Amino acid sequence: MAAVVRQHFRGALFRFQTAISSNAVQNRGLRLSTALNRDQYWNDRSDANEPKFDKILIANRGEIACRVISSCNRLGIKTVAVHSDVDSNSKFVRMADEAHCIGPAPTAKSYLNMDKIIEVIKETGAQAVHPGYGFLSENMEFARRLSEIGVVFIGPGSKAIESMGDKIQSKRIAAAAKVNLIPGFDGEVHNEDDAVRISNDIGYPVMVKASAGGGGKGMRIAWNDDECRKGFRLSKDEAKSSFGDDRMLIEKFIDNPRHIEIQVLCDSHGNGLYLNERECSIQRRNQKVIEEAPSTFLDPETRKAMGKQAVALAKAVDYSSAGNTLLHKQEDIPVDGWAIECRVYAEDPTKNFGLPSVGRLNKYVEPLHVPNVRCDSGITEGSEISIYYDAMICKLVTFGTDRNLALDNMAKALDAYVIRGVTNNIALLRDVITEKKFVSGDITTNYLSEVYPDGFKGVQLSDMERQHMVAVAGIIHAKENRRDCSLINEDSRAGATKIPSSWKLQGSVSGESLPMEVNFNAAESLYEVVIAGKTLTIPDNFDLSHTVINAVINGEKETFQLGARNVGHVNLQYLGTKFEIQVLEARMAEFLKYMPEKQEMDVSAMVIAPMPGVVKSVAVSVGDMVAEGQEVIVLEAMKMQNSLTAGKSGKIKKLHVNGGDTVDEEDILVEME
Amino acid sequence: MARLVLRSGNLFAKNTFFSGLEGTLSKRWCTAEHTLAVRKKIEETREKALQGGGQKRIDTQHKKGKLTARERVNLLCDEGSFIEYDMFMEHDCDDFGMGASRIPGDSVVTGRGKISGRTAFVFSQDFTVFGGSLSGAHAKKICKIMDQAALVGAPVIGLNDSGGARIQEGVVSLAGYADIFQRNVMSSGVIPQISLVMGPCAGGAVYSPALTDFTFMVRDSSYLFITGPDVVKSVTNEEVTQEELGGAKTHTTLSGVAHGAFDNDIEALLGIRDLFNFLPLSNQDEAPIRRCDDPWDRDALGLDTVVPLESTAPYNMMDVIKGVVDEAEFFEIHAQYAKNIIVGFGRMNGRTVGIVGNQPKVAAGCLDINASVKGARFVRFCDAFNVPIITFEDVPGFLPGTSQEYNGIIRNGAKLLYAYAEATVPKITIITRKAYGGAYDVMSSKHLRGDINYAWPTAEVAVMGAKGAVQIIFRGKDTEAKEKEYMELFANPFPAAVRGYVDDIIQPHVTRRRICQDLEMLATKKLSNPWKKHGNIPL
Repeated sequence: MAAVVRQHFRGALFRFQTAISSNAVQNRGLRLSTALNRDQYWNDRSDANEPKFDKILIANRGEIACRVISSCNRLGIKTVAVHSDVDSNSKFVRMADEAHCIGPAPTAKSYLNMDKIIEVIKETGAQAVHPGYGFLSENMEFARRLSEIGVVFIGPGSKAIESMGDKIQSKRIAAAAKVNLIPGFDGEVHNEDDAVRISNDIGYPVMVKASAGGGGKGMRIAWNDDECRKGFRLSKDEAKSSFGDDRMLIEKFIDNPRHIEIQVLCDSHGNGLYLNERECSIQRRNQKVIEEAPSTFLDPETRKAMGKQAVALAKAVDYSSAGNTLLHKQEDIPVDGWAIECRVYAEDPTKNFGLPSVGRLNKYVEPLHVPNVRCDSGITEGSEISIYYDAMICKLVTFGTDRNLALDNMAKALDAYVIRGVTNNIALLRDVITEKKFVSGDITTNYLSEVYPDGFKGVQLSDMERQHMVAVAGIIHAKENRRDCSLINEDSRAGATKIPSSWKLQGSVSGESLPMEVNFNAAESLYEVVIAGKTLTIPDNFDLSHTVINAVINGEKETFQLGARNVGHVNLQYLGTKFEIQVLEARMAEFLKYMPEKQEMDVSAMVIAPMPGVVKSVAVSVGDMVAEGQEVIVLEAMKMQNSLTAGKSGKIKKLHVNGGDTVDEEDILVEME
Repeated sequence: MARLVLRSGNLFAKNTFFSGLEGTLSKRWCTAEHTLAVRKKIEETREKALQGGGQKRIDTQHKKGKLTARERVNLLCDEGSFIEYDMFMEHDCDDFGMGASRIPGDSVVTGRGKISGRTAFVFSQDFTVFGGSLSGAHAKKICKIMDQAALVGAPVIGLNDSGGARIQEGVVSLAGYADIFQRNVMSSGVIPQISLVMGPCAGGAVYSPALTDFTFMVRDSSYLFITGPDVVKSVTNEEVTQEELGGAKTHTTLSGVAHGAFDNDIEALLGIRDLFNFLPLSNQDEAPIRRCDDPWDRDALGLDTVVPLESTAPYNMMDVIKGVVDEAEFFEIHAQYAKNIIVGFGRMNGRTVGIVGNQPKVAAGCLDINASVKGARFVRFCDAFNVPIITFEDVPGFLPGTSQEYNGIIRNGAKLLYAYAEATVPKITIITRKAYGGAYDVMSSKHLRGDINYAWPTAEVAVMGAKGAVQIIFRGKDTEAKEKEYMELFANPFPAAVRGYVDDIIQPHVTRRRICQDLEMLATKKLSNPWKKHGNIPL
């Protein structure tokens, strides 16, 4: 493996700075590595006599806004939320002491709308602004305008932002500070031709990315000139809508790296220290999916070398995140326990490891009853995941005294995490954390495409696991049947019929059918399921309104989630993946062979929206001839530009949408002859 | 014994069973041999009946993805519970060579069985026997179970798969249809009647499903039309396929003739079992109450954010319904038709309720002709069968326009009004947002004898929206300020609450528990309308 370690100074420096009072440092890196020491976990040990702001405004939304607001609550600081109209009912809006709507959903009109935010600051008398991450957190103009009206920008100084928030500038400074760098071009790339020329100089593959970029947005990998042109165009558009800054740069793409971040803290007296690293190699579309601290990869020497370079770079840009507090320099913070963070996204992991999805969280229960779990989320039951913003549902963190225990806790947490109404990536997360390579620590940023070369298809069950799941589905059928047969107000008639206690069933899932016999033993309150020659004994410890079923199968605990039940089908989530199990009485199942196969639509002659979003542009008109793979529509969803291409060569017959239209998942956008 | 048999022989004169025995009877009719022969004959006849139109036709039926009439009946009913009637009945037509082909049981299987332990009467037309065509005997068999169902108070489920009238029998077949229609009408409102169309159903035959309470279809294998594509072509010169003319999609989305469709026979039969479990057996029974696992006092927290703050923004009323009912289980009726209104069955603390909801996601939830008729028919079913009605209201009014006016929105909208006003079952209404204009009155308002009427804090009860109102009142002067004034005055639940038109303003998350409490209180409600032969609903 090419063990190139990328040092994400920018991210480490700015992404999670959340210093709130002048000396209270709430730092996520710190939290991760010292998580087991609960005393250090929160920042509520601040000195009450220390000067504090009375009221601050949070110029962000979602999870980070919630996190800042709850920190403020603990410190007794009043909070002002600003939000777009579609966020009016959001959790962070309800948590804040005051909330102001600053515009419609598109970020340029709301969360990036400086005029409006400054208006609210003046109106509410907020003394400081916490920008969270993304949006205006690295915007120099915003920081400058705040200082003009005497409002504190909670974050690094303008020199640090200027130097490091801008990738082009930061590369120059880092080179000067003798920090190891990825080869690339340290200037702005102006157009597609430029991009192609520079890429050829560097040599493919290259990474085309936005100077202001972050969070996987505004970046594309290119392996040839064509991809370079397309990537440049899409990334530039994305950068404009996400960051309001579309300057682009190009660097060598390192094909098999690990992604490790080092966090530094600096005070304004020239002291700096680094915290232990975070391993962020499990990614899709250059966005982190699973993080852990520490990394299984670094030995103490490398850790130290990297940390020193990080501190050197921070000093080079006068970075200070800890205000006036004097940092006591301490080399080598000991590694104490292990923390794993899974990013739970509203996305379908079976499509390109995560195609954004939207919807309403009809049911949402965080697994907070599992010990050593922390959920940083910005949503509650009833929240809407919209097409306008990042699709993250939660940062789910678990701890353990060692990596295995942290992973065990994560499995338990994911199994008990109830998210309904929105497709999410729990299946993938749950599978990765028990996958052999991951468990052994053998990971790179290419992990997903290496472990799942044909894409993620959900957990692959062993025969025994399948039998257990089908047995549970059989019990659900039995319980439902018993309940249907026991009407409370029709005793006289129902009484003539015995409530069934034995069923011959067939359970089918993913093309495999398993006959089974289910028996209810009322005396002992348990079910016996005879399946595949084995008898499983399962206590009757749940009812049909339970979403999480903690089944005990022959003495072993297994967690299932019960979803919808409809005409002969039971939906269960098992090991993270959702399964639809057809459960029929055996006497019915024998007729399945006569049932016609469902007809599949021929989709090659159509362009179908893979996700809900807004049509950014339509590149063709009716009557145009297009080649297979040619771009016909650009769809913007969750701030990502997606190029939709023709599935075959042919003539455009019908266009169902125009630029600016909002479309739903699976809408037919273009029909071809 | 013999006398008895022979005396009734006139009735069975053409019966193969007895005609085959005639020779034996005249000689030695009382021997053990005879008894054994009869027994054998019974067995043989029964076997023949079970074979229907024979293995070849059964295979053809299977190849079409369809089950046979008996397979369907057996799957519909609990295992081993079906008791067949009239397996030995045969048609009595000798014309056109029909005398030579008689099949015991003829072209329909009838009887009774249990669904989740409760009695249902069932007929299932057998396409393998004379194409399922309706003979006089076929009609008599159906009428017999319909009569008995009405007598004991149990639902009738018809599984339709028939080529149409038995043309060879002429007017006898037509008479048979009429006999069934008459019974459909007499049973209407007395016992639930459900039709599941699982094959062709054309010509006069379509009116029996049309008269029943619910008609379902199986996709790609069932058709309902007055006249098929060939006749359509010759009369109107329209080119149309069977599927386009009368397939499941047409009737569930365009015509509203069918209340729902299923992918195949098995799912259809399971679906009907599901629906059956919601229904009382007759109008003498109260709505069934099933054991409930979902806590009746569960807070539905998700409901607090379901209505967007922007009063013109759409949301999905289905989220409200599923958030309130037991285990989010909802059997939707007419899911694909007039989607601006939602109707269907759910349970509240185990008790079946009928739910009507305006759907803001589709056409802003307005009432148009189709939505009014859909809602009215459902409300009348619930009222007829003692099923309480829960109404979730967010309605901006009736849909304006020439198309609606010319097609009689007044007459059709009045149906929904009539249905709600007439209903005497418990009626609970929740105004989630808009309750504008005449549509406010219609949607189970207090004024139409609503028992309990709630408003969510987002409710707006007014004659119309601010914009329209201000234009009328002030003729376009100073509109913005006036609109604001109007909004402050009317765009909230107070005007209705201070007059007692809503009983309470409740937080959305308590909706479930409040409905459950109210239903318990209303269980003993007694209300009847003045004696009349029948009302005159504006048809």
